[in-house]
Amino acid sequence: MSKRLKSPEVHAGSMADIAFLLLIFFLVTTTIETDSGLDRMLPKKNPDPPKPFNERNVLRIAINGENQLLLEDNPIGIEDIKSKAIAFLDNGGDAKSCNYCKGANDPTSSDNPLEAIISLSNTRETSYGTYITVQNELVGAYNELRNRESQRLYKVSFTDMHAHYLDANTPTETKNALREKVKTIQKMYPLNLLEAKIK
Amino acid sequence: MSKFNKKKDGDLPAVSTASLPDIVFMLLFFFMTVTVMKDNTIKVKNELPKATEIKKLEKKDRVITIFVGQPNQEYQKVFGTESKIQLNDKFANVSDVGDYILAERAKKPQEVQNFLTTSLKVDKDANMGLIADIKLQLRKVNALKVNYTTYEGDAFSNIQ
Repeated sequence: MSKRLKSPEVHAGSMADIAFLLLIFFLVTTTIETDSGLDRMLPKKNPDPPKPFNERNVLRIAINGENQLLLEDNPIGIEDIKSKAIAFLDNGGDAKSCNYCKGANDPTSSDNPLEAIISLSNTRETSYGTYITVQNELVGAYNELRNRESQRLYKVSFTDMHAHYLDANTPTETKNALREKVKTIQKMYPLNLLEAKIK
Repeated sequence: MSKFNKKKDGDLPAVSTASLPDIVFMLLFFFMTVTVMKDNTIKVKNELPKATEIKKLEKKDRVITIFVGQPNQEYQKVFGTESKIQLNDKFANVSDVGDYILAERAKKPQEVQNFLTTSLKVDKDANMGLIADIKLQLRKVNALKVNYTTYEGDAFSNIQ
């Protein structure tokens, strides 16, 4: 009687070992995806001749071989790049052409964001890490301004909107609706980031 | 004395390990799903810099990857300690980059050939001179869309 009640137990002890073995195999072969980064467009091979520009519309940033930064020939810390870039882009010096700018309206700085150009130059000895940090700060400056305008107009941050727009899983109708908004914001603060030829 | 002896009689139930396989399987499935099999061995030091303003690289089939960095220990005798370019499994010179991009582009299906991104996986200690040379090569073959692949993290940590 008592024998019938007892069901035979499946020996699961070695199952764990087998699973562990597989687990360790996958652990070792795994490379967690790192595929994200800073998107950039290179200029064409034979770029169009540059439009004439005013000297005040250009912000020159240089990185030397010792990874030190110069902003318009003055030494500057890397932490200050972003705020300086924002002040420059958002200046709105000619007062009327940029009604959304909230800058200082300094007549010696850029006229409006459409014409403001940031020029980045570096030497052959500059380290890639520093270069990426500066790039990151400059893109951050643009993103901050774009986010601000996007929040004001559409109550959504530009970076979220853009990521959603680029996402392959977004349905086409949503994409079309987003495209207009993304284009509008990009037009307000176009990414005029030049890279000077290496000396 | 008898107090202690009594305890020995009471059968302490063994900790059930029956759920252990379940837990391990759960972990296993997690790693199985996130695993991307390495398609090429990286022969260079490849510690990517960190950045915050990053965008995800969508669609793996539209990406061509270039590795740059100092050769690993075992290759240093042959290739030295200067930063080198690695294309697929081989070390390459700057002049090979253009041909490599064209060859890779030809391998892709027709409809995506115009939407390719070049992912630059560059060690953070590499010099910009080499990167500038690569960029010049990319411009020559009209591969203008590049992605400086980075980790997500504090960008200021790139500078020691």
